[in-house]
Amino acid sequence: MVDTLTPVLTDLWDAELGWKLATYEERGGYAALDVAFAMSPDDVITAVKDSGLRGRGGAGFPTGMKWSFIPQDNPKPKYLVVNADESEPGTCKDIPLMMGNPHVLVEGVILSSYAIRANKAFIYIRGEVVHVIRRVQAAVAEAYAAGHLGSNIHGSGYDLDVVVHAGAGAYICGEETALLEGLEGRRGQPRLRPPFPAVAGLYASPTVINNVESIASVPAIVKNGAAWFGSMGTEKSKGHGIFSLSGHVQKPGQYEAPLGITLRELLDLAGGVREGHQLKFWTPGGSSTPLFTAEHLDVPLDFEGVAGAGSMLGTRALQIFDETVCVVRAVLRWSEFYKHESCGKCTPCREGTWWLVQALARLESGQGSEEDLDQLLDQCDNILGRAFCALGDGATSPVTSSIQHFREEYLAHLEQGGCPFDPARSTAWSGQEVSA
Amino acid sequence: MSNQPSANQLDDKTIAELREIAARYPEPRSGLLPMLHLVQSAQGRITPEGIEACAAILEISAAEVNGVATFYTMYKRHGVGDYHVGVCTNTLCAVMGGDAIFQRLKDHLEIGNDEVAAQRQGDSRTVSLEHIECNAACDYAPVVMVNWEFMDNQTPESAVQMVEALRVGHDVSSTRGPKLCTWREAERVLAGFPDGRVDEGPTAGTASLAGLEIARERGWSAPDPSVAPAKEPTDG
Amino acid sequence: MTVSTGSTGGGVEKTDLVTVTIDGVQVSVPKDTLVIRAAEQIGVQIPRFCDHPLLAPVGACRQCLVDVPDAGNGRGFPKPQASCTLPVAEGMVVSTQVTSPVADKAQQGVMELLLINHPLDCPVCDKGGECPLQNQAMSNGRGDSRFSDERNRGVKRTFPKPINLSPTVLLDRERCIVCQRCTRFADEIAGDPFIALVERGAQQQIGIAEDAPFLSYFSGNVIQICPVGALTSEQYRFRSRPFDLVSTPGIAEHDACGSAIRVDHRRGTVLRRQAGNDPAVNEEWISDKDRFAFAYTHGDDRITYPQVRDDDGSLRPASWPEAFTVAARGLAAAKAAGGVGVLTGGRLSAEDAYAYSKLARVALDTNDIDFRARPHSAEEAAFLAASVVLTGPGNGGVTYDDLESAAKVVLVGLEPEDEAAAVFLRLRKSVRAGGTEVVSLAPFTTRGLAKLSARVVPTAPGDEPAALRALAAELDATSVLLVGERMAVVPGALGAAAEVAAASGARLAWVPRRAGDRGALEAGCLPTLLPGGRPVADPQARVDVATAWGVAHLPEAEGRSADAIVEALAAGTLGGLVIAGVDPDDTTDPAATRAAIDAAGFVVALDLRRTEVTDRADVVFPVAPTTDKAGTFVNWEGRVRTWEAALHNPASLPDLRALSGIAEEMARLGEGSPLGFRTVEEARAEMAQLGSWDGVRVEASPTSVESSRTDRGSDDSTGERDDSTVRLATWKQLLDNGSMQDGDKYLKATARTPVALVTPGDFDRYGPTVTLTGDRGSMTLPAEICDDLVEGVVWVPAGSVGNGVLADLASPGAAVTITGAEGVHG
Repeated sequence: MVDTLTPVLTDLWDAELGWKLATYEERGGYAALDVAFAMSPDDVITAVKDSGLRGRGGAGFPTGMKWSFIPQDNPKPKYLVVNADESEPGTCKDIPLMMGNPHVLVEGVILSSYAIRANKAFIYIRGEVVHVIRRVQAAVAEAYAAGHLGSNIHGSGYDLDVVVHAGAGAYICGEETALLEGLEGRRGQPRLRPPFPAVAGLYASPTVINNVESIASVPAIVKNGAAWFGSMGTEKSKGHGIFSLSGHVQKPGQYEAPLGITLRELLDLAGGVREGHQLKFWTPGGSSTPLFTAEHLDVPLDFEGVAGAGSMLGTRALQIFDETVCVVRAVLRWSEFYKHESCGKCTPCREGTWWLVQALARLESGQGSEEDLDQLLDQCDNILGRAFCALGDGATSPVTSSIQHFREEYLAHLEQGGCPFDPARSTAWSGQEVSA
Repeated sequence: MSNQPSANQLDDKTIAELREIAARYPEPRSGLLPMLHLVQSAQGRITPEGIEACAAILEISAAEVNGVATFYTMYKRHGVGDYHVGVCTNTLCAVMGGDAIFQRLKDHLEIGNDEVAAQRQGDSRTVSLEHIECNAACDYAPVVMVNWEFMDNQTPESAVQMVEALRVGHDVSSTRGPKLCTWREAERVLAGFPDGRVDEGPTAGTASLAGLEIARERGWSAPDPSVAPAKEPTDG
Repeated sequence: MTVSTGSTGGGVEKTDLVTVTIDGVQVSVPKDTLVIRAAEQIGVQIPRFCDHPLLAPVGACRQCLVDVPDAGNGRGFPKPQASCTLPVAEGMVVSTQVTSPVADKAQQGVMELLLINHPLDCPVCDKGGECPLQNQAMSNGRGDSRFSDERNRGVKRTFPKPINLSPTVLLDRERCIVCQRCTRFADEIAGDPFIALVERGAQQQIGIAEDAPFLSYFSGNVIQICPVGALTSEQYRFRSRPFDLVSTPGIAEHDACGSAIRVDHRRGTVLRRQAGNDPAVNEEWISDKDRFAFAYTHGDDRITYPQVRDDDGSLRPASWPEAFTVAARGLAAAKAAGGVGVLTGGRLSAEDAYAYSKLARVALDTNDIDFRARPHSAEEAAFLAASVVLTGPGNGGVTYDDLESAAKVVLVGLEPEDEAAAVFLRLRKSVRAGGTEVVSLAPFTTRGLAKLSARVVPTAPGDEPAALRALAAELDATSVLLVGERMAVVPGALGAAAEVAAASGARLAWVPRRAGDRGALEAGCLPTLLPGGRPVADPQARVDVATAWGVAHLPEAEGRSADAIVEALAAGTLGGLVIAGVDPDDTTDPAATRAAIDAAGFVVALDLRRTEVTDRADVVFPVAPTTDKAGTFVNWEGRVRTWEAALHNPASLPDLRALSGIAEEMARLGEGSPLGFRTVEEARAEMAQLGSWDGVRVEASPTSVESSRTDRGSDDSTGERDDSTVRLATWKQLLDNGSMQDGDKYLKATARTPVALVTPGDFDRYGPTVTLTGDRGSMTLPAEICDDLVEGVVWVPAGSVGNGVLADLASPGAAVTITGAEGVHG
């Protein structure tokens, strides 16, 4: 029986100097390189395929299969790009991972690059996290100095160079083709697909783009075997994943567990919703995934389970909101976020988010009628599936799901001519204010 | 048009470093984002001269550089303070108190969004304020960033104390990072020139360790690879 | 005599056809066809904004969403697809707005979103009435807005009113739907990415960098392809409503490309010009000169009535009959006093050129006729007769399409961006598609060549023949040689081009600068050629033409070239001159040309505007601009493009009408025969009947390298070159002081600043301002470093300073001295 929590990537985080090469190596770090170099690149791909690892950046595409799409008969250089642009509201796993254990990412980069036969890899980190960038920069430098990077790594004849690249503030660059645009020094606007990055990605060359956690999961798979990884998780969602609890819970934080754990189990570990309050709504995988409520506490948090319940596992970003929170205010704020982050390329997202914000602002202030709710849903219908990329779709998720679950609360705003909630009650310090 | 002191020509060292950034990549244009970070480090903002310099080095048009510089929110077209304070007001942080913190700081500093507070008599440093989007630290909500370093679990009071300390020149450290450097120094790190502060701060903050601590208490771990089936993938 | 109008030789390639079902209708289209265009085949117009057939698909506006229940693999797309980015697949099933409620709602939804921030200022918008947004909002949009109705009272995004992207192009950001047609055009087609998307999200807009306007030779195209009223023309703004305009197709007169244009006019005034759509020629693009330079026809200096020189020596108005009479008498006398030369310039329609050609032969009894109002040579005349005349798309001549399919295009003495804009764009298209390598024998890498990713073979003026021969080994039948008219004055260059082409199998074409040059060549405005490419020296050819014209015989001796005509007038061996639209400053030796006109016993000038030539003439006839008459241009390919009159101005007559009047009057005096036609229609009919020469073509003579140049720097070829002597490289830039650009200050403001390009060494030696001195004078202008300029060479624009290089400095290729400008220290 597998334990409830399975620290693999987080296991090093309580070490004193977890980001240092020496710490990582003491615990067997970089040993997977020699295991891999003794295998053919294709066998590494097979191992990752067999493990059942699926992309940890949200979409859940099988990682090994993504690698196998790289056309090896293409004479152009192959590239690995790590998507470390963690920006989805609620998502906060890759940042502590890179801060606390950057070497597992670097080792994963080496293994993954070896598998797809790339000699150049890029780690695209969002720019707004300077200390994380320092840690990854230093880890790459240490790895070079120790011979884990550069030419003829470990005497294998395999060469790899890694560039740490800082972004500059654009949520959309989490979309993989927009990220490539950013990495090519352009505006981060998604590209037309096809061609897919596996065929024509960075510099129009075959490119694999993977999330930080996906890549960081590779060393343990190579070292411990596909079966070991597959012994965790559920049938179609194998392995361990970091679950990020935030908001109105007693102990917010990172919980690394097999996929398929439920929010009820996680809340038990985290001490429950904050004292004296009840769960009202939550996001299973960030703000772009439709909201869940208390009725979804036992949904298995794996790709199939969450999808079956009408949302998406996403990045396992569990934002917990209790009954003090106005869902209309929450959704309005997310809509403002999408409006701010819309890249502007396509009409439905650019103009649609503009409209959503205005419509929600009016509703939140108590203006309008129930008809406006239906019109809002119709607007969402005109955006969902019509936009160029998934950002527009994501913008509609909180709106449609909140109206589905909390239509009465919207109507209460209209009846009362404003928001019936006191925002002060939901702050982190609201309990203490009475005594202060 | 303006002759702000920060807007003078880029010096030779900066030009050389811009070229150095471009040379890191198979295609030079890939260097543009870090290059613009370096322009900000050198000049305090994105200047027309900086745009020109990047365009010349990369052999692209100034309009193209301008298009990039105006797309990403970290690039500033007007100056910011020595310490640029960003208050997360995305939903979760806002609900947890980010809105209150932002309002308190606006009132306290007597500025609006994306403005620089007046430097008072005796202040040795300037502070600017901006509301920001989710910075991937939701388990530390409400979160404030200063020069893109984490200031976790803030309250209106703690935030005011912090900006006051910064203005008068006291050392302030990130709650899980190093002693705060200036905005321009931080921009230099983003351009790919490390500043030697990497070993400051802990491996992880308290919230990051929440699950790990429980696992340690209860003796939970990932399966022992030597026990788990070695070769065959599980058949479910 | 016209060359073939047939389509290009390539023919329809065998393409794999793909069969799809759109709205229940099966249609077979070539592989890779986009669904949006396949739908057009069955008459379904899917609304669109960002889509443009000549730009790469972008899928940005999402207006063209369709439902695809079967992608060809039995499975459908779960979401509506953008038909502008979706290629057809065998068996694909598509439902457009016509049959799919999902597609219809998706399109209406996008349209509604496009309009929420669009200002409803159609009544004052230039685009109103010809606006794709307006039209498609009517055809595919909702009747009313739900955004700004009583309930929603949405707040629109607003911007301050228009900003200048350049002196010619304004941007009204509120109207912009950021379809990116303009930025994609600038980047993909023109290669001038000086406009770009700036800002993000709802604030995204088109912008320029500070102090870096959108200065592109092709900027005006973005106004035309803007699907809303966001980009407007400074020249045309608020001048007219589209529905008040009458549009007449035309052919651009500013270069030899033969670009299709559309002349939009109202009550006898041209208000704007747009690009026409000629897929074989300019596709849908024209240069800013073709677009904006048309005010020259209606300046104060336009001649509107005939004039004759009075007894007191002044020019006075005359009636047409009087002018005919005076001209006929004067020419008859001049004919007796040694003969009359005819200089036709390079701007004539083919019909007018034919009239001059016939006038010379049947009325003036001479072959002293030359269209080359620019430096030229006997070698060139031989080359034109042997390798150029009668070549065309129908008989193996090089075409635009051939440029696109050629593996290699070699440019010799031709800077396409300045001298043949449509050629430049077609080459760039081909280079970007990865098909063609452009090689240029040039003194440095121009901006235009850089945009063609051209390989520059560093070549000083005069060294082209050797450079060409050195290149011969890498040429074959997949190569094309494009030779510019400037090569006329490089001894041996045209001969080398013909020789290298023949030896390697490479195909060869000659690209003149002026719109009328090639037509004049075909019409026989050359001392050695009769109409239809018939050699004067060939008795059979003369008989051929004489028979067709119904005259007993034609003058037998080959005539004088333009330079020789100038010499003979000065020497008094010629008695008179008929001159049409020639600017002395364009000629081989401007001073000599002026002196010749002064010396001529009798001068008949035909011109649009008052010039120094008309001032010196004895009889002046006004002639019609291209807008006022029908005509034909034969472009550099030999492709025939005709146009009809846009404006009906009874007082504005084509040259041929004046010439027929003169010839008739002369015939009445017993001098020669009348022309036999008075109208363009009649001339065309006669030209068609005469047809082309099918006899033996003149052989290119390898020995005919003697140059007719009479005015070379005395020491440029022999003496030791001292340090300060440099060879002069020069050509005319697209926008310069040319008189046909007069009258549009906005266009003028987009011209490149004239500079002398010097080597880094010469810049160090002579500083930021240099004075160049040649045998005709001095020119001082700012110097700019050109890193790869061939040592010992200086480049200056030929027509951008003073009276131009030929008048004020020296002949192209001559030695000039370079000094630091006085009082300026580098």
